[in-house]
Amino acid sequence: MARIELNGITKSFGAQRALKGLDLVVEDGEFFVLLGRTGAGKTTTLRVIAGLEKPDTGSVSIGNRDVGGWTAAERDVALVLQQYSLYPRLTVRGNLEFPLRSKVRRQSEEEIARRVDRAAKTLQITHLLDRKVERLSGGEMQRVSIGRAIVRQPSVFLMDEPLSALDAKLRESLRVELKKLHAELGATFLFVTHDQVEAMSMGDKIGVLQSGRLVQVGTPSEIYERPLNTFVARSVGSPPMNLIEGRLGAGGAEIGGYSLPVSAAALGARAVTFGVRPENVVLAGGAPAEARVFDIEDQGVIKILAMDMGDTRLHVTVPAGTRVARDEVVRFGWKPERVLTFDPASGVNLALG
Amino acid sequence: MAEIKTKGEMLFNRGAILAVVVALIIMLTPIYWIAATSFKARNLATTIPPTVVFEPTLAPFAKLFTKRSQLREPVAPEVYEAAPWWEKLIYDGGEQVVRNKKTNEPTSSGFGNRYMNSLIVSIISTFLAVSMGTLTAYGFSRFRVPGEQDWLFFILSTRMLPPVVVAIPMFLMYRAVGLHDTHIGLIILYTAFNLSFAVWIMKGFIDEIPREYEEAALVDGYTRMEAFFKIVLPEALTGIAATAVFCFITAWNEYAFALMMTSKNAQTAPPYIPSQVGSGLSDWTVIASGAFLFLVPVAIFTFLLRNHLLRGMSFGAIRK
Repeated sequence: MARIELNGITKSFGAQRALKGLDLVVEDGEFFVLLGRTGAGKTTTLRVIAGLEKPDTGSVSIGNRDVGGWTAAERDVALVLQQYSLYPRLTVRGNLEFPLRSKVRRQSEEEIARRVDRAAKTLQITHLLDRKVERLSGGEMQRVSIGRAIVRQPSVFLMDEPLSALDAKLRESLRVELKKLHAELGATFLFVTHDQVEAMSMGDKIGVLQSGRLVQVGTPSEIYERPLNTFVARSVGSPPMNLIEGRLGAGGAEIGGYSLPVSAAALGARAVTFGVRPENVVLAGGAPAEARVFDIEDQGVIKILAMDMGDTRLHVTVPAGTRVARDEVVRFGWKPERVLTFDPASGVNLALG
Repeated sequence: MAEIKTKGEMLFNRGAILAVVVALIIMLTPIYWIAATSFKARNLATTIPPTVVFEPTLAPFAKLFTKRSQLREPVAPEVYEAAPWWEKLIYDGGEQVVRNKKTNEPTSSGFGNRYMNSLIVSIISTFLAVSMGTLTAYGFSRFRVPGEQDWLFFILSTRMLPPVVVAIPMFLMYRAVGLHDTHIGLIILYTAFNLSFAVWIMKGFIDEIPREYEEAALVDGYTRMEAFFKIVLPEALTGIAATAVFCFITAWNEYAFALMMTSKNAQTAPPYIPSQVGSGLSDWTVIASGAFLFLVPVAIFTFLLRNHLLRGMSFGAIRK
């Protein structure tokens, strides 16, 4: 069993505080994605769990055992990094065997050969086994890197942006493979990324990290539909959620001189920030509001419109068949039940309080 | 190789080749001169113009290793015939080997011992400086050391003083603690002198090795020590080779301290060779043969490590 639990982890590097009281629970067998921008503390979190970094305060437990005093070697976690992860001068086989030849995890020669072969087959790198790692492409390197993690059969996989150095196509295919691998192995995966598409498409759960704190944890749809604050709201979804300053009045939402219906009217009259995702904005002839189309991005299945309502720039996704031209003035409304309200000062989602 | 396209480039290329040839001639002539002289008969060594074509002889080397005196009268033919080849060479030069009166053993000039001393002191001090320097550099490179910059500066500052300035206090201290004229004394001295250099050079090399390698090894079940030996050391080999060559040359060539801190037991070759110049009429062939032998270890050492050295020199430039 490999449930990971972090309690009140703080970690500073000199004057810079990387983690500020981080609490995190990853259930056994879960594919957990830690999403955050550069400098949010994602990598530090991974390193603390791996035992490469000692937290200033707080406790780390893996499989319900406090591993604070354990070295990285003793923790039975595997680490896949973005780059520089393969041992130079060794062949692919040498790299895959390396962890199985350590004192802690020594295996018999037959067992080593068996595991290496199986890992190579799983990742389709059998033909590369005798190649030096310097002669691999980026995608092959990451495969080997993942292979080196799975030969050990660890209970926890830690992955630090393993796909972000690869090109888009490769990223997509490895994403699928990693999901498949997770399903086969049933181990706990903690995957760190700054890419919201990766987070949305891979995670059983997503944790959104902001400057050393975990802001929200939830399933991808929870994070997407019920973000705790504007930061989380803007972290997932592409194009990001539209945030519109306005007022909640008796007649509904008042934005830019227009009045639109909302279902969250129970809050009383006050200033709020309305949040609406691009796909929940509807273009229609008799709709209440008006905006000028600024730019059109045709993506085949959909079109993404950027439009200006006064000073506010809105993004809208419409079916690709929609006829619309640049600089055209269009009328739009929204799906009232999908509109979120945030406190303008704190950014907190008013519905979740 | 870039292709040569224009006439200008071709001209430049020829000029460059010419410059290299001239530089080579200037740099190699003294070495040729030493090498040639050490194989000449004594009467050919100082001719004007210099003798270029001559029959090489090992007589200078025979003389280098033995203590000799002038022959008063020609040696008896039966004695000459019975002598080993190297002694014949000495007889040919009008000299005889001084032999022990009781045992009749030939007396050594002491050069062999000096040469061995040089090898012992240089190899051991190089090994110590490079290994300690590598470990220290690794520590500075990988761990957060309080006052890291100050420590590094302190280490470097030991090189800011000309060594001669501390020679007299060192001499007095060495005499007081009994390190004067001992191998250990010289080894300590050269190690200390080379250590700061080794730390700085090795830190540069180790900084270039991504720490992700070792961290992967740590997570894969290895201790910090194993990770160092299995991952870092092979990667740092180029830097270690370059550092070792520099340290070895410094220790091998050191003259001032060797002259001052040693007299009999532990004296190295550098102070010995010039000491032969002043004794009576100088035999330049003997001095040249001593200098020639002195060049050989450095040449061999550098030659063996040449691949590492070349990469070592261009290491930073290529990576950055």
